[in-house]
Amino acid sequence: MTTSDTAAAAEPAIVVRGLRKSYGSFEAVRGIDFEVARGEVFALLGPNGAGKTTTVEILEGHRQRTGGEVSVLGFDPGRSERALKERIGIVLQQTGVDEYLTVREVVEMVGGYYPSPRPVDEVIELVGLTDQANERIRKLSGGQKRRVDLAVALAGDPELLFLDEPTTGFDPSARRQAWETVRGLTLLGKTILLATHFMDEAQVLANRLAIMSRGRIIATGTPGELIGAASDTTLIRFRLPDGLRPPDRLGLRREGAVWVLESTVLTRDLHELSGWAMAEDVELADLEVTRRSLEDVYLQLTAESGEEAS
Amino acid sequence: MNGIALAVRQLRYENRAFWRNPPAAFFTFAFPLLFMLIFNVIFGEGAARFFTPAIIVFSVVTATFTNLAMNITFARDFGVLKRIRGTPLPTWAYLAGRIGHAIGVTLLLVAIVAAVGAVLYDVPIPWDALPIIILVLAVAAASFSALGLAVAGLMPNADAAPAIVNAIVLPVLFISNVFIQMENAPDWLNTISYVLPVRHFADAMLDLYASGADAGVPWAGLGVIAAWGLVGVVVALRFFSWEPRR
Repeated sequence: MTTSDTAAAAEPAIVVRGLRKSYGSFEAVRGIDFEVARGEVFALLGPNGAGKTTTVEILEGHRQRTGGEVSVLGFDPGRSERALKERIGIVLQQTGVDEYLTVREVVEMVGGYYPSPRPVDEVIELVGLTDQANERIRKLSGGQKRRVDLAVALAGDPELLFLDEPTTGFDPSARRQAWETVRGLTLLGKTILLATHFMDEAQVLANRLAIMSRGRIIATGTPGELIGAASDTTLIRFRLPDGLRPPDRLGLRREGAVWVLESTVLTRDLHELSGWAMAEDVELADLEVTRRSLEDVYLQLTAESGEEAS
Repeated sequence: MNGIALAVRQLRYENRAFWRNPPAAFFTFAFPLLFMLIFNVIFGEGAARFFTPAIIVFSVVTATFTNLAMNITFARDFGVLKRIRGTPLPTWAYLAGRIGHAIGVTLLLVAIVAAVGAVLYDVPIPWDALPIIILVLAVAAASFSALGLAVAGLMPNADAAPAIVNAIVLPVLFISNVFIQMENAPDWLNTISYVLPVRHFADAMLDLYASGADAGVPWAGLGVIAAWGLVGVVVALRFFSWEPRR
């Protein structure tokens, strides 16, 4: 018993090898590999149309793959087995529950499909709908309905949760609440596969992430690794009055009205720049010095992969 | 829980949601009664002998075929079916719950129409033929449910559903001895109507209401209705979609 438990814990929750999916002549997913460890939050990050939803839906069993190998909790999701469905929870992009039932009724109804559901009140509390438990779904706001989606996915107390763009359309405070809920789930030991096009969401929630673009994974790692690996430069940004150019030797480039310097020797570059500005008696308007964010890395990587493809 | 218990459980939630929308529930029952009332005002007292069984047929077709063709399409396009498919609930148990509910509504509706016919219009219920009536209703309800699922499977999208379903149902009802008696219709139209299932259902109910148990079991008619039901099952299995069509 103990040995098999250990083996199960060591085995990754999700293994994807050479996964491909075509719709006619269009290749939505073009050979990707990744693994998700148990208890981990793994994010697929990428712009719309990158192939994230297709990948997630193949793992959920909603779509058949064209090629490659996939294992979810040791099952092949393509075979649509009940034993697998009893152990996963799915939050789809689109909602779909009966609007005339109450929150409690829907959670009860769905919980009844599973062998060992989580207590209804606990599920409702987990998603923060305790005050709306006896309201009919149709009376809820859009953000509250999205939380019903999450409640429905949690009703069966799944080990593995798929979240496809869980906060799209949320206002900033609702997003923070949703993130808190997801963090709470990781404390319960759930494994989560998150598909999102929000960089901040992936950065805040994910232990590891894969950046997808045009059906391929173009980078994988922890948020820190991705930021570090792409570059250890710091960005200096500022504006100048029209007609003025900074000295060429600093190697600045222009992005619209803003001058940008990617600096690897920050102190020296800043000193040179401010020395030049004082000598010329100009103001470096809106001066910013920032470390690269995941967003910069992401934009750079997805832009590069776009250039390669076209 | 086994599949059948799950289907029954699903039927009960379906029923609860159904009655939570009182306008929809009210008109499901009021619609056939309204037709009965109008026909009797227009065509006079004696017409009730024809219209009572005819409106029973109309009720069965709308409560099974029309209801399922539209509501399963809506459920598909709003993501309900896809969500169900991601859970351990066997998909047949979900559909069985919905079909079971449609048939339950149908039986209630038939009872109401028959009672209104008997009480208000003096059209006696042919009690001696009850077992045959139940057999005919069962075959018809099952077949029209299957055809409803088949049409839902072929339906391009929810917006088109009401138009398409009405375009199928209304012409068929008009040529099937339901709204209009077909006695004086040209032969070719009668031939077409005998190929379709509704005519056989309507003729069987008219005969049973007119002659009671003496009408006998309409085996040939039931055969045609059941054959259409099988076509419905085959088409539904082939084309049914759990997700909106793109």
